[in-house]
Amino acid sequence: MQTTFPRLLLNHAAQRPTETAMREKEYGIWQALSWADLAVLVEQLACGLHQAGLRRDEHMIVIGANRPRLYATMLAVQSLGAVPIPLYQDAAAPECVFPINNADVRFAFAEDQEQVDKLLEIREQCPQLSNIYFDDPRGLRNYDEPGLMAVDDLLAAGKAFAAQHQEFLQSEVSRIKPDDVAAMFFTSGTTGNPKGVVHTHNSLLNRAKAGADFDKLTHSEEVLAYLPPAWIGQNIFSYAQWLACGYVVNCPESAATVTIDLKEVGPTYYFAPPRVFEGLLTSVMIRMEDAGTLKRNMFQFFMSVAKRVGPTLMDGKPVALADRVLYALGNFMVYGPLRNNLGMSRVRVAYTAGEAIGPDLFSFYRSIGINLKQLYGSTETAVFVCLQPDNEARADTVGVPCSGVEIKVADNGEILVKSPGLLKGYFKNPEATAEVLTPDGWYHTSDAGFLDAHGHLKIIDRVKDVGRIKGGANDGAMFAPKYVENKLKFFPHIKEVVAYGDGREKVCVMINIDVDAVGNWAERRNLPYAGYTDLAQKPEVYQLIKECVEKVNADLSVDTLLAGSQVSRFLVLHKELDADDGELTRTNKVRRGFIAEKYDVLVDALYGGKTSQFIETQVKFEDGRTGSISATLKIEDAKTFTPVKAAA
Amino acid sequence: MSSTSGAGPSQGVRTPAGGSELHGVKSVGANKHIGDVILDVKNISLGFGGVKALTDISFDVREHEVRAIIGPNGAGKSSMLNCINGVYTPQQGSISFRGKTFSHMDSHAVAVMGIARTFQNLALFKGMSVIDNIMTGRNLRIKSNLFLQALRIGPAQREEEQHREFVEHIIDFLEIQAHRKTPVGQLPYGLQKRVDLGRALAMEPQVLLLDEPMAGMNVEEKQDMCRFVLDVNQEFGTTVVLIEHDMGVVMDISDRVVVLDYGMKIGDGTPDEVRNNEEVISAYLGTGH
Repeated sequence: MQTTFPRLLLNHAAQRPTETAMREKEYGIWQALSWADLAVLVEQLACGLHQAGLRRDEHMIVIGANRPRLYATMLAVQSLGAVPIPLYQDAAAPECVFPINNADVRFAFAEDQEQVDKLLEIREQCPQLSNIYFDDPRGLRNYDEPGLMAVDDLLAAGKAFAAQHQEFLQSEVSRIKPDDVAAMFFTSGTTGNPKGVVHTHNSLLNRAKAGADFDKLTHSEEVLAYLPPAWIGQNIFSYAQWLACGYVVNCPESAATVTIDLKEVGPTYYFAPPRVFEGLLTSVMIRMEDAGTLKRNMFQFFMSVAKRVGPTLMDGKPVALADRVLYALGNFMVYGPLRNNLGMSRVRVAYTAGEAIGPDLFSFYRSIGINLKQLYGSTETAVFVCLQPDNEARADTVGVPCSGVEIKVADNGEILVKSPGLLKGYFKNPEATAEVLTPDGWYHTSDAGFLDAHGHLKIIDRVKDVGRIKGGANDGAMFAPKYVENKLKFFPHIKEVVAYGDGREKVCVMINIDVDAVGNWAERRNLPYAGYTDLAQKPEVYQLIKECVEKVNADLSVDTLLAGSQVSRFLVLHKELDADDGELTRTNKVRRGFIAEKYDVLVDALYGGKTSQFIETQVKFEDGRTGSISATLKIEDAKTFTPVKAAA
Repeated sequence: MSSTSGAGPSQGVRTPAGGSELHGVKSVGANKHIGDVILDVKNISLGFGGVKALTDISFDVREHEVRAIIGPNGAGKSSMLNCINGVYTPQQGSISFRGKTFSHMDSHAVAVMGIARTFQNLALFKGMSVIDNIMTGRNLRIKSNLFLQALRIGPAQREEEQHREFVEHIIDFLEIQAHRKTPVGQLPYGLQKRVDLGRALAMEPQVLLLDEPMAGMNVEEKQDMCRFVLDVNQEFGTTVVLIEHDMGVVMDISDRVVVLDYGMKIGDGTPDEVRNNEEVISAYLGTGH
């Protein structure tokens, strides 16, 4: 049945008024907000905004961290038939100008002084921005800008209006249709201006429901809302699915307390990008290193049991009785307490997405009994395209198409999607819409991939980055740079990798070692070093990296599609790639083209067969000064393997 | 922070701001209502045996202002604060607080009158949690007796809850929620300084004496601390007297500055006046060499 966000809210408020809708930790206590309270809050906000002049189809931005009032404002805006646009709370002021002007925004909800300052800073560029409402008044006492107002005052005005117009909210909500626009999300374009992705009530709620059905989510789930509200994933997990299922969303006290709050809440449904899982694992490992010998040995013993038995058990496959007993013992002594410490004792379903996750990292969580799975989706598809079923979670796929989704692989390897959750279009940008959305309803993901023998989708790389090997033994073989780079980056000793091979006869890579991990490794071997540049050129380090590269090659050789992408030669760079030097993007992605130009001598040396190459590079220090680093880099060959044809 | 508003008796004395103070906290004092003299130090002299720590020092502190005391090492800055809150008894001179004149201050009486201080070398209880440390600042305001408190009977329990709530507001104000239950000894120095400030705030002081609140901090910690000091001053109207070494900090956040050198006052005025005072330049800021 098709519905809308505000209607779902009113249903919950009518059917289960006293049950908790949201919690926020404040002054050390989890303060609960019931569905009925929430409905009243939304009514007052909606009345206040209506009185202030917010009209149907108009856009309003909300900017701030996860707070009940931020989500209530989104609901209030939607109740009036207007469209909320959540913006990233850590965006710099100039980045907010485009969305505000693009959507001709007059109304804004800002969490606190930081966000208000940001909006006031760009007010000259956005003259139409007339009403700014702030939630937390701290530090704003002396602000005297026209149109700046506390949410408390807005609520008071709304309350007075609501008292005179009892049926206002109901009648407004009843006018909204499922196909009306519900929200807009700006995606950070790598080039040019960001694009506003327009979603309807139906597209978001349809996907929310599909995901909920897939994992059998109920109203008794607990979720911690800690990722930016502007991100579609957060919107789906803490807003669309929240209203669709009616579970409890918990807002942490502050960004710094998330790990503490996680433990206190004990979510049952959890989402995190791979880096969060990695961070948690690292903190556990560091604490284990500091533990006593007995504990450490116990941990190591049971973790090896978990590694052997855990994933199989998780997948529901048969396991020998002795191993079952051992695992049960381990669960009692190690895995249980560990899950508790991670705040994941109650996790029934956990997802990770956004980037590739290392196989070791992935199986670590599954081995200690956390049902971690992967999914595939984007802002344009309202997240849920593919999901991994409970017993089929694997590190290298992103799952099977979920209900309502059709998937087709284009001739160039691009994945095309048809789903009820597709965007309505990009806001005021028909050209961009036409580029991704064909008239017959297929959405171009610009990801290259394929469906494997079990019907699981496997993502290789961005379509535009996928190339071909030219000449040599592997002529015409597919080359996916990011796939190769990620495989190498999964080794803890390797921090960054840049792979080349498109239009060339072999694949060569430039590597950044992880100075902490390798430094630690060197210390344990009594290997003295002066700094990054020195450490990077140690023969022992080259040997270490070579082993990693050859493991990746062995792994690639059994891959039917990408056996030709095996790495022939590599070098370890003399400096760490840095966003300040333009080598990485601000989100820490390697800029392959720029690096190839900047280090053209190295690329030439790699392909020219040289065994060493001198290089001098200008670097920018954090304080703005510049200096130079020079070194003679060794270049080594790595063993490649004859492709193993799939045993079929 | 509406419920913290009870913290300062002078809530709401500030005039509404003009348009100039919109973006940040820099222009302190531009439109701040500074009141009458609240603390008046007259002709204070303090010696330890033959060593003259302070010689005939006089200055005043007005309500709601940020008053800095600066000077080179050994100039007598901390001794001055110690005289004000009764740790030292000066041989000569007097100190007036809200019109009452004292020839020497009694530490306990000073605290009751509403003067709180933080310490240069952190006098915190290292093994106790952040909450408990700040709670000690509520000591003067806890009315129920030890016996009731120990047994947590009726009124003592209610009182404890009220004080705990107040402490939670301070924790929120200082943004140390993540460390509420951490033993103070485990916290980095910058955060310990914040806890020290929190404990002083727990007294709901009218005058806050800060002894080198930014000493030993990195730039970021200093910025945070500056913001908290200014927030305390602006949100609660608390008068602040601070000793500080970092000239940038002093010039940015204080309304008026007293300069001491070898126990004597060599300058007094706004940051600009002090900055242009020849004697101050040669004694403290240094001549070009």
